[in-house]
Amino acid sequence: MDWQALRLSIALASWTLAALLPLGLLLARLLAYRRFRGQGWVEALLALPLVLPPTVIGFYLLEGFGAASGFGRAWEALFGHRLVFTFEGLVLASILVNVPFAVQPMQRAFEAIPREVREAAACCGMGRWRIVTRIELPLAWPGILTALVLVFAHTLGEFGVVLMVGGSIPGETRTIAIAIYDRVQAFDDAAAGRMSALLLAISLVTIAASYALTRRLGRRDG
Amino acid sequence: MAEGLSVRLRQRAPIPLEVALEVAPGELLALVGPSGSGKSSVLRAIAGLLRPREGRIACAGETWLDAGAGLSLPPQRRRVGFVFQHYALFPHMSALDNVAAALGHWPQAGRAARAREWLARVHLAGLEERKPVRLSGGQQQRVAVARALAGEPRALLLDEPFSAVDQVTRRKLYRELAELRRTLPIPQILVTHDLDEAALLADRIAVLHHGRTLQTGPPAELLARPASPLVARLLDQRNLFEGTVLGHEPERTWIAWAGRRLEARPAPGFAPGARVAWLIPEAQVRLLRRDPPGGRRPRDNVVTGTVVEMLALGGRVQVTLAPDGRAEAPPIAFSVAAHIIGREGIAPGAELRLSLLAAGLHLMPPEPA
Repeated sequence: MDWQALRLSIALASWTLAALLPLGLLLARLLAYRRFRGQGWVEALLALPLVLPPTVIGFYLLEGFGAASGFGRAWEALFGHRLVFTFEGLVLASILVNVPFAVQPMQRAFEAIPREVREAAACCGMGRWRIVTRIELPLAWPGILTALVLVFAHTLGEFGVVLMVGGSIPGETRTIAIAIYDRVQAFDDAAAGRMSALLLAISLVTIAASYALTRRLGRRDG
Repeated sequence: MAEGLSVRLRQRAPIPLEVALEVAPGELLALVGPSGSGKSSVLRAIAGLLRPREGRIACAGETWLDAGAGLSLPPQRRRVGFVFQHYALFPHMSALDNVAAALGHWPQAGRAARAREWLARVHLAGLEERKPVRLSGGQQQRVAVARALAGEPRALLLDEPFSAVDQVTRRKLYRELAELRRTLPIPQILVTHDLDEAALLADRIAVLHHGRTLQTGPPAELLARPASPLVARLLDQRNLFEGTVLGHEPERTWIAWAGRRLEARPAPGFAPGARVAWLIPEAQVRLLRRDPPGGRRPRDNVVTGTVVEMLALGGRVQVTLAPDGRAEAPPIAFSVAAHIIGREGIAPGAELRLSLLAAGLHLMPPEPA
């Protein structure tokens, strides 16, 4: 059992969650309540990671993060090391790849709040921030929770993009999914089996817990 | 009317609006019109939820909107009480918290007690902890009214607040609203497509059509003296005909219709020979008895005809009469109490005599051909 890889995977998922919770809320709310030109293109762009092969995303991220790109050079100048094949690069890639998993459930949840309910809040004298915290977030909470669970589970399971951008450097970029692949390549089926079972159990428990919680939140309104 | 609510709206798109309304403190104005006439848009503009291209809205001496000057207060600063068509209660909050949500201007410690008082005023004491889904339609409406009034609004806006409840509950809520209104010193606007509801509850009615306010006045006056055949039709007046002006006398105007001479209220504005639209409200149509005690007296505008249709509604019967038995002539509608039907032998095909009271016969400019 590669505990280091598991810890790395959980750290990666946690950082991804920490970044995508505020970012996803901002984007989802914007897309749900504002209408602007080119909105269809923006939504399509955000949804791309759902349909593109991980190798294609990985390839572009590698190009974008690499020393040949302006962003890659700026990063290296700023932090003194490259972005590709590092944990930071992996986190950044993971955030980008997970955007649709975070934004879409959150956006649907915001859209499901009737316009009149938000308008009634404004007529009650609540300010914009108060409407967000007292009305929108409590009502959208099941969708937000679903988004977080999806992001967490998807990050644990992500393979292609991680391999492309991070390689398989122990302690730096070798996640549990990569470790399983390495073990299979090394004909260590026993270790691969143990880690696969663990990943399966973690994913199952996380998703089941989120379903149960969502149901309880739904009943709370009853 | 510095103390009341004054509304002027004008825009072509996205929804055409051309609205002029004045509502005095304590007055209830009903905004009536068919679906899609822009009633809800007018309310939303007043509340600050929709920003019209041109217009001015002022209430209690304060300007809420002055499109020309680029001024538009947000809903939070206009302080209107808004009762939405489907109430728009906060589904995750109890009835008490829904009302308390409008009490942001109260000290935190006093809010729950104040919200309780409001719920008691709308007869919901004991249901404070219920979530909206566990309240009946009528109870939800009461919470919405309490929430709208708890904020001590400067105007109360009601968007079809009775459309989502059954008829029995509706009658009860009518009475409660009328009761609540007696102590309400602010302008109130009720949007409805139900004319009976408007006539029952409102001090004045404004008729809206394609976003335009066509006419505003007390219900009885609007029914008796619509400004145009369009207003008459929007107010569901059925006895709407066209005739020709014959001439004027000081006390009356004579018109020709279907080969008859009819006496109308004096309307010297219409030139002899001119085409006019005319209206006789159903309440101004008298059924003449077959054998009146004391013999026949001269009557206004006697019309004979054949009954073509009868519809019983509650204790009254709606009768449609073809004048002179001619099916192609525009029919006259009136209603009589159910017990008259037997006494006068009214049945489809029966011959009847009606009197169209001259004092109720109202002339209007004809509709453009």
